[in-house]
Amino acid sequence: MRYSAYSIIKQALSGNRLWQPAWREPEPKPHYDVIIVGGGGHGLSTAYYLAKEFGITNVAVLEKGYIGSGNVGRNTTIIRSNYLLEGNNPFYELSLQLWEGLEQDFNYNAMVSQRGVMNLFHSDGQRDAYARRGNGMRMHGVDAELLDREQVRRMMPYLNFDHARFPILGGLYQPRGGTVRHDAVAWGYARGANQRGVDVIQHCEVTGIRRENGRVVGVETNRGFIGCGKLALAAAGNTTTVGRMADLDLPIETHVLQAFVSEGLKPAIDNVITYGAGHFYISQSDKGGLVFGAELDFYSSYAQRGNLQTVEHTLEEGVTMIPGLSRAKVLRAWGGVMDMSMDGSPIIDRTPIDNLYLNCGWCYGGFKATPASGFCFAHLLAKDEPHHVARFLRLDRFERGYMIDESGKGPQPNLH
Amino acid sequence: MASLITCPHCGTRPKEEFTIRGDAAPRRPGSADRDEAWYAYVYIRDNPKGRILEYWHHAGGCRRWLVVDRDNLTHEVFGVVDAADFQRTEAAE
Ligand SMILES: Cc1cc2nc3c(=O)[nH]c(=O)nc-3n(C[C@H](O)[C@H](O)[C@H](O)COP(=O)(O)OP(=O)(O)OC[C@H]3O[C@@H](n4cnc5c(N)ncnc54)[C@H](O)[C@@H]3O)c2cc1C
Ligand SMILES: [Zn+2]
Repeated sequence: MRYSAYSIIKQALSGNRLWQPAWREPEPKPHYDVIIVGGGGHGLSTAYYLAKEFGITNVAVLEKGYIGSGNVGRNTTIIRSNYLLEGNNPFYELSLQLWEGLEQDFNYNAMVSQRGVMNLFHSDGQRDAYARRGNGMRMHGVDAELLDREQVRRMMPYLNFDHARFPILGGLYQPRGGTVRHDAVAWGYARGANQRGVDVIQHCEVTGIRRENGRVVGVETNRGFIGCGKLALAAAGNTTTVGRMADLDLPIETHVLQAFVSEGLKPAIDNVITYGAGHFYISQSDKGGLVFGAELDFYSSYAQRGNLQTVEHTLEEGVTMIPGLSRAKVLRAWGGVMDMSMDGSPIIDRTPIDNLYLNCGWCYGGFKATPASGFCFAHLLAKDEPHHVARFLRLDRFERGYMIDESGKGPQPNLH
Repeated sequence: MASLITCPHCGTRPKEEFTIRGDAAPRRPGSADRDEAWYAYVYIRDNPKGRILEYWHHAGGCRRWLVVDRDNLTHEVFGVVDAADFQRTEAAE
């Protein structure tokens, strides 16, 4: 069924009794051309673009939980392409361009909202660094504006401009950045892939990777063996666990990141704002809840829930940036486990095993990458060569000395 | 929950006093070792799910480096030793 104003009116007139499930619940077939492990945003978008752009439809997405139960449904929904480095910027800009047309493309309301992303700066040195990043963006044809303190104040009068230690001197603003309703992204891609013949199989956990003569022949799952021509891993925080099934040595560590949402409030925060003196970021959802988060818990964790110390730290940062936040009540907090890479940038590449492909290392910025990641991973799977904007995102870049270290922190996964 | 860490020098202290370096498993190769050994040491991580050893620094206390024995799924802490003692035991093994 195609969703449209007409379909909504028709359903309304028939008491909303005729809606169909958005995707089938198929039994696994014995063999697929491509199996994708992980039904998060990246696995589902890969399946969607494989079918839509490259005509490969004999595809299964295997998800151990339900669609949207991983990080794709846990993130703070921020999208942007304000990266400095050449290995990153064109890739994230492709993603932003795909977001801009996504809802028409997959016929699903993902509430893409280009409300603008503001990165605040607090010192002369930080202003210089942001100016450099903004110039880098503009040289790539990406929108960026360096705003002074008064320009920021006109947009966001509620910020703490005169903090003694971290005064706000201005901000780097990307008007095309914004937020997207995250679970609708998972659902929209799942529906679009399903419509084109992809089997989205939930509650199907991959427990082993079967190899013969150095090639993958299929996967062991809790629902039996499933054969495949090519195997694609998109398991985010569980990348190491799945990769180990094929003896991959990976530059990945799993860490927990928390997020928070307040009670619903009247519209107050129009944009996405990030604090430059810490790592706090905030936006307001269309339901009115303030959605925010900050840093990792700093230690490796597979727990999908975090430590109280980080809760306290996040709220301290938030109240330092927006004193009025102290009046809001936090409704919920949760955590997601992410695949932190050793340089903070992702990997979309082949592996030492010929028909095994890898998509990982998204750290806590992988939601915005969902469309481009799926597009480029599908390209790699279909053509066996990288999409040109993803050509730097190689697995062997660490060994060759071509790190893409956006924040200049070195091989320290808990700091990226 | 790893909210409290028992430092061998300072006693039981809140997690806020510590900064975390990370995995204590990788062994530093010799300076003349091959590039592959250095690559593995600097970049490759076992990243196990369950019990792990980690370097923590008691920045807000004795300022010693410690090794924390911890479960990264339950966040339970099993023990904390001084990093120098940890390395002596490792070297003896
Ligand atoms: C709190 C938080 C805030 C974030 N905020 C942002 C943000 O504002 N902007 C941004 O760009 N990014 C953000 N991120 C990062 C982003 O959410 C992730 O990088 C991205 O979602 C990861 O890709 P994914 O959607 O495919 O992951 P997931 O949704 O985690 O998908 C991986 C899937 O693999 C499945 N899986 C694992 N092992 C197996 C197995 N053995 N068999 C079958 N299935 C398996 C898992 O169940 C999971 O569903 C945030 C993340 C978190 C946790
Ligand atoms: Zn101490």
